[in-house]
This record gives sequence, structure tokens and C-alpha cells, in this order.
Amino acid sequence: MSDETLPVATALRHKDLLAISDMTPEEIRLVLDTAEAMKEIGSRTIKKVPALRGKTVVNLFFEPSTRTRTSFEIAEKRLSADTLNIAIASSSVVKGETLADTALTLEAMNPDMIVLRHSSSGAAHLLSRICKSSIINAGDGTHEHPTQALLDAYTIRSRKGGIAGLKVAIVGDLLHSRVLRSNVHLLTKLGAEVWVCGPPTLIPVDIARLGVKVTHRVDEAVEGADVIMLLRIQLERMQGAYFPSLREYFSVFGMTEARVKRAKDDVIIMHPGPMNRGVEIASEVADGPFSVILDQVANGVAVRMAVLYLLAGGVEHHEEAA
Amino acid sequence: MPIVMDADRIGRALTRIAHEIVERNKSLDGIALVGIRTRGVHIARRLAKALQDITGQEIPTGALDITLYRDDLMRHTVGPQPLVRLTEIPFSIDDRRILLVDDVLYTGRTIRAALDALIDFGRPKVIQLVVLVDRGHRELPIKADYVGKNIPTSAAESVQVRLQETDGVDDVTLQQEGA
Amino acid sequence: MKKLLKGGRVVDPSTGRDGQFDVLIEGDRIAKIGKNLPIDGAEVVEIPAGYVIAPGLIDMHVHLREPGQEHKETVATGTMAAVAGGFTAVACMPNTTPINDNANVTSYIVAKAREANLARVYPIGAVSRGSKGELLADIAELREAGCVALSDDGWPVRTALMMRRALEYAGMFGMPVIDHCEDPSLRADGVAHEGCCAGLLGLKGIPAAAESIMAERDILLAELTGSAVHIAHMSARTSLRAVRKGKEAGIRVTSEVTPHHFTLTDDYLNAPIPYDTNTKMNPPLREVADRDSMIAGIADGSIDCIATDHAPHHYDEKKVEFDHAPFGIVGLETAVSLTFDRLVHAGVINMSRMVGLLSTNPARILNIPGGTLAEGALADITILAPDMTVRVAAASMKTRSKNMPFEGWELRGGVAATIVGGRTLFNNPDAGLTV
Repeated sequence: MSDETLPVATALRHKDLLAISDMTPEEIRLVLDTAEAMKEIGSRTIKKVPALRGKTVVNLFFEPSTRTRTSFEIAEKRLSADTLNIAIASSSVVKGETLADTALTLEAMNPDMIVLRHSSSGAAHLLSRICKSSIINAGDGTHEHPTQALLDAYTIRSRKGGIAGLKVAIVGDLLHSRVLRSNVHLLTKLGAEVWVCGPPTLIPVDIARLGVKVTHRVDEAVEGADVIMLLRIQLERMQGAYFPSLREYFSVFGMTEARVKRAKDDVIIMHPGPMNRGVEIASEVADGPFSVILDQVANGVAVRMAVLYLLAGGVEHHEEAA
Repeated sequence: MPIVMDADRIGRALTRIAHEIVERNKSLDGIALVGIRTRGVHIARRLAKALQDITGQEIPTGALDITLYRDDLMRHTVGPQPLVRLTEIPFSIDDRRILLVDDVLYTGRTIRAALDALIDFGRPKVIQLVVLVDRGHRELPIKADYVGKNIPTSAAESVQVRLQETDGVDDVTLQQEGA
Repeated sequence: MKKLLKGGRVVDPSTGRDGQFDVLIEGDRIAKIGKNLPIDGAEVVEIPAGYVIAPGLIDMHVHLREPGQEHKETVATGTMAAVAGGFTAVACMPNTTPINDNANVTSYIVAKAREANLARVYPIGAVSRGSKGELLADIAELREAGCVALSDDGWPVRTALMMRRALEYAGMFGMPVIDHCEDPSLRADGVAHEGCCAGLLGLKGIPAAAESIMAERDILLAELTGSAVHIAHMSARTSLRAVRKGKEAGIRVTSEVTPHHFTLTDDYLNAPIPYDTNTKMNPPLREVADRDSMIAGIADGSIDCIATDHAPHHYDEKKVEFDHAPFGIVGLETAVSLTFDRLVHAGVINMSRMVGLLSTNPARILNIPGGTLAEGALADITILAPDMTVRVAAASMKTRSKNMPFEGWELRGGVAATIVGGRTLFNNPDAGLTV
């Protein structure tokens, strides 16, 4: 249970969920608290409530993502929304219809919400300017993946009781990670001490300006950590000369049992998936007692239900960019 | 702001209801209390204690949030969503006799939502309704089985129940709407 | 046909004039400049107090898109935008379709310009065939057909060797080589300045070093060859450092800066409109220190020109994901107002320096007529209204494309009238004078 004395917003301020950077700590707490109630629904025999009956939610995915799409779809169905999955290969988009035209076509069918996954940063912002429906960003390029950060925060909070004051070490490909950006915004807003670690080639310029500590020494990052979060290393990065080999990456940055020992005794190990075993994380750690990786998946449904529910009401005054 | 029930009256009403429950149910085996959030939960817990005082039996007690079942949800095109709170029913309701508890019975719409919600948890043998106050003006065919006090009201009035657990004081007041 | 401009402040660095003078235009020439010239049958135009009579402004870096991309702009619409923006002449880059790497394309552009009969058009020819950086274009023929300079703009001159040869060969004709400085491997698939803002927004970065490394190369090669190199649309403070050092060493290097690079920074990627594709240009909007450094370079004379890099794109092309949008914004019709507002009224430069940056210097670098109000010179004249309030509105612009991030901006300073060869081609209805 959450601490009911914490300040909690009574509603989200925007019609869309585009980025954690737009959210206040109070809004984040509202989502997390609502997710607590949603989590219980998943434990019932009949895992369905009528809240979004008659609402249409389009899952518009321009990148393959079994994990996120499935999670959203289950969340939508548990809330009784009508769901529609549209998967479009990015390659065909270049030749065919523009994103703006796809959005307008969908919009003409009057959906209530569009869940968008796209390979270009800012695609969700573009859609939100075109559409009256609520846009939920399910990952845009290397920008943000807000529901992932929310479910990570939910997982941390349910294990640790809170987030403020925790040492969180994030290790991996920081440059190409939308999960990183969302998590850094969220965790710093809620008062965690965030350390990021990876090879200099995979760290965004000026990341320290977001209030995180940067290190290239993984031992320093995990020392006394309450939470260790690993980020996926994509195999194609080797071709971009970001690092010499997967073997070398694992030996310098891979999360092994020995490295985990430097963290707190009750450390939790997180990974947004899909994992590369033996690259960013040793199997013994992924499958070990500190791993909460499957909790993250379970909590994802509850957090997405919360977001869907909270956005379904709409907002009375759309705040437009000047 | 006339007080229609004070702490003492509320206490006596709940004790009376507890006795009625014992009288009407041959045994308390298989009985459970489910309070509707927020104040129904506290009333249910008080009833559980009263029942335990009378019979020595511990009655399982749960909390039900009916927000996601409300029939006015999404009826307004825009506006903030009502807060959803945790539902906690840590027991199976299948084949149990459920005493559904709320503070005020008015239109009956909350109870309708609560019945739908309960059915999603299983198939109880019986559901009975307990309310502290029945103020009339039903819009659905719903009737309470146990009533602390019937308070005739006009539609322009509102009934406010305050409880120690949430408001620091026990009383029921009648207010003119908009006053 | 005689016209007497009476009562204006003449600012002409080429003759050192700055003061109250009358200007007598006869036919397409400036007949006389002096105090209280006799009317002698001329049509008299009373210039309101405070207005400035300047030699016609010259934009040495525009994209007119014709031939081949007429949906974005044509020579006619582009030169109409030019005169509306106070420019009596423009130099257009060769990255048309086909590339202006041969006399046929140049002649086509020249013919279109004559047909439009608005601002003068000086084509810039490609350095290399197809701007591919492999073989030199037919430079003598390009020159013969009307090209005044060479550039592979849109891309850098690909190799150091090609740049060396181009400088050597073009030097023979006294043509400057204008380089779009950008190391392709460092730029990679970047879409925004590599810095905090791009990092936050998850946009792939183009480091400032991508520009500066090639500016350094070009300056070294200008030194080696003794020819003139001009650094196009400079944006990075490290490039400016290279230009300053080159000038100190006596190397023939000049440079230009766009109004957007002395006005905007990469903060505009995120606000007021996040991922606004009208903030996507190449070189990208840099960080505050770079923008401030460009202003300092303009103030101290290290930077020679203001050029717009006017880059029209159809709205369809810009209404896409940031990654997929083309680079560039239109600039012909906002340059004067931004220069007034951000530089003159901000106290960075005086009126005379503004005219130098927008007229005298580009004329000198390109070695073209204009840039002067000397008696006997072409009557290419821009009348400026330094205190006019201008509200930027795409809807009232003449350019065919409307891609720019300044919509709704209120700026102090504008263009009152534009005269090309003695003909008034633009007369701002808000200016309160009829020329």
C-alpha cells in the first residue's frame, strides 16, 4: 500500500502521455497509486472491470514489440476497452503513407486513445498535434518510454516502500535507450540518487545535467546500490564501433554475481527486456534471487491500466503549445 | 447544519444492526462483511467488532472500491477521472453470505455497481445490504436489509456521514445543497 | 525617367558615406548623390525621417530549387521573396535537379531569372560533377554561362584533394570556392546539434567538430593554394576560431552566418513546439555558447556576411517525423528584421556594419556589381525602416514554401522598399512612402 499522506494529483494535466519529463511528481504518484488498485484486478477470477466499456483503443506499432504491445492489449482488455492492433513495418512507411496521414485516417474512425510505438524520436508528439484522441507513447525512437519507467518505479516502490533516497545504478547502452531517459527523469523527480554507467561511446552528451552521476567503472556504480537496472546492448552497435566485442563488453560492464555482491544485501536487479544473457547480464544474476525482472512484466499491465484509465477521462482544457 | 445522528446514536444503531444480523442468520459461519470505500469499510469493521463482541466469532471483512463499475464513469466527455482505490477482499466469496455495507443509501446506483463488482469476485450464496442511513429517493429497485436510521430528505438536501477513522468525529448531518 | 530620393540617411560603407544625402536615380543608374540636389524635373520621393538608404542587399546563399524542385520554389517565387525581403540580388546554390554542374543548367537559371525580372540572380556552379566529389565540373564553361562562385553545397567538397584542386583551378578565374563544411563520418545520420537538447530528445547528434574539422581543412588548403575559400553558414564557435586564426595568418578566408544561427539555439528543438521540424537545419541550431560566439564574430568583423541559406521545403516534406524531415528553413523575408532586432537594436553592430554584412561584403567576395551607392553604379537600392514593427506571418510571404520557426514573432526593423536597376520592385504598404 502506498502512503496515503503523500501529495497526489487528482488528475493528469495533459490529454496525452508523451514523456515523463512532462509529468509532475504528483502525477507520477497518482499513476502509481491507481496502479495499486489495478494490480488487484489481475488477481481476480474474472480479470475484467467495465471501466472503459465502449472506448476504442488503437495499438499502433511501427516497430515490432511483443512485450509492450501484449502488455497494453491485456491492460486494455481488462478495462473492457475495444482494442485494435495495427502493426506497420517501418520500411513500408518510407515508401507509403506518411505518419500524419495514417494518424488522420485512424482519427477519422474516432478512436479514444492511440498507443504509439515508433522508431523516430518525437513521433508521439507529432501524433498528439494531429489527433484529438489521447496519445500514449509506447516508445519513440531513443527518446522516451514513459510506461516502462512507471512500471519500473512501481516495481521499485513495491519492493522498497519508496523511491526517495535509494541509490539506483543504471548500466548499459545509455545512448540509444529510451528507457534510460524516462527512468532518469522519473527517478530524479522522486528523489533517487541515480548513477549511470557504460562505455563513453554509449553515454549521451551532457547527461550529467539531468542530475545523475556518471561513471565508467561498474564497481563504483553498483557499490551500495539498492537497485541495479541493466539496459539492453544491441548487437549492431558493434558495427558502429561503440565497443570492440560483446565478450569485451561483458567482461568490463556485464552484471555478474561478483559485481552484484558490492550492492546492498537486499538489492533488486531489473531489466526492461528483452535480455541478452551473457552480454549485459549473467544468467546467474537474471535468474537469481535478487531478480525482479518478471515482476516488472506483471506490474506493466497494472501500470498501463492506470494510465489508460486516467487518460480516458480527457482534460477540460487542452494546453496547446504557444 | 442540523446533526441528525451523534456519536452515541451511531454507536447504538450499529450495535442494534449487529444484533439483528445475529438474529436473522442462524449461524455466522460463512458470513463475511464487505464495506464500500471509503466510509462503508469503516462501518463494516465496526460491525465486525460488534459481532465479535456478541458471538466471539471473527468475521472476515473486505473493502470494495466501486469506481470502475460506476454507471456515470465516462458519461461526461471530458473531466478528471474519479480516484480508484484498492479493493481488498482477502477471502473467497463463493457460497458465502455477504453483508454489503455502505454509509448512505440514496439512489441505489452505488449498490448496483457494488453488486456487479461482487459478482466478478465469485458467486455468493446471499448478498444482504447494510446501511447506516437510508435517505430515500431510490432510482433503482434496491432495498436495504439492515438500516441504522431512515432519514426523510428532500432532493435539495444532502446527508453527510463523518466517522472518527476518516473525519475525526462521528456524526450524521443534513445540509441544504449549495448552502 | 528620373527619381530623386530626398531626405534619407544614406549608409554606404563602400564610399564611406553615412549621413543625410539625396540620391538621384536616372534610368538604371545612380546619377548623383549629394546634399539638397535640385529637383530638375525628377519625381521626388520624400524619405521619412529615420529611414536608411542602403546599397541593395545581396544574399550570397539561397536555394531557388529550380530546375527540378519547383514544388518548393522557383526562380520567380524565390526572387519575389528576395525583393520582399530587401534583397536586390541573390546567389543560388547548385543543388538543383539536375545539379548546376554545367552551362546548360546555368543558362536555364539565368533565363528564368531574366524572365522573372525581379532580383538579380547569380548562379553558383558545382565544384564537382554531380557534386559527387570525384571529377571537377566544367568550371570555365560555368563561369562563361554566368556562375560567380563554386560550391557543392548540400554536401561538403568530399576530399581534401578535390578541394585543393578546386581552389587551384577556380583561383585561376578568381572565383571563390564556398564550402559547406561537414565531415560526413562525424555527421553520420545525425539530425540535430550534438548536445544536451538532442540528448534529452533522443535525437541523433551532429557534433560541432564535424563542421570545424572541415573548416580547418579548407583554411589550410586556402593557405596552400593561395586561393579564396568562403565558409558557408558557419555555426560552431570552433569554426570561428579557425577562421580568426586563418585571417590573422593572412589566409584568404571569409565566412557567412545565417540569421537563424545568430538568433536561435538548440533549445528551440524542444520549445515552444517539441520536435518542430522547422528547427531542423544543417548545420543544426547550436548551443548558446556557439550562438553567442557567432554574434561576437559578427561584432568584431571576423564574420564577413549574413546569408540566409534560404531553403524552401514543401509543407508535406516537413510534416513528418523529425528524423525524416529535410533540413532547412526559408529566410529571405525575415533576414533584415532579425538582423535589425537581434544585432542592430541589441547594440551588437551599427547601421554601417549591417550594410557591410548584407551588401558590401557579399558583393566583394563574389566579385559582382552592386554593394555600392557610388555615382554611376547600378541603381540597386534598399530602403530600410529601422524602427518599423514587423510581425512575421508565413501567410503573407512571397516564397512558395513557408517552413520557418518565426511565425508570430514581433521584430523591430524592416524593409520599406527595394529598387533594382532603378525599378521599384517592392514597396512595403506599412512603410508610409511610395517609391
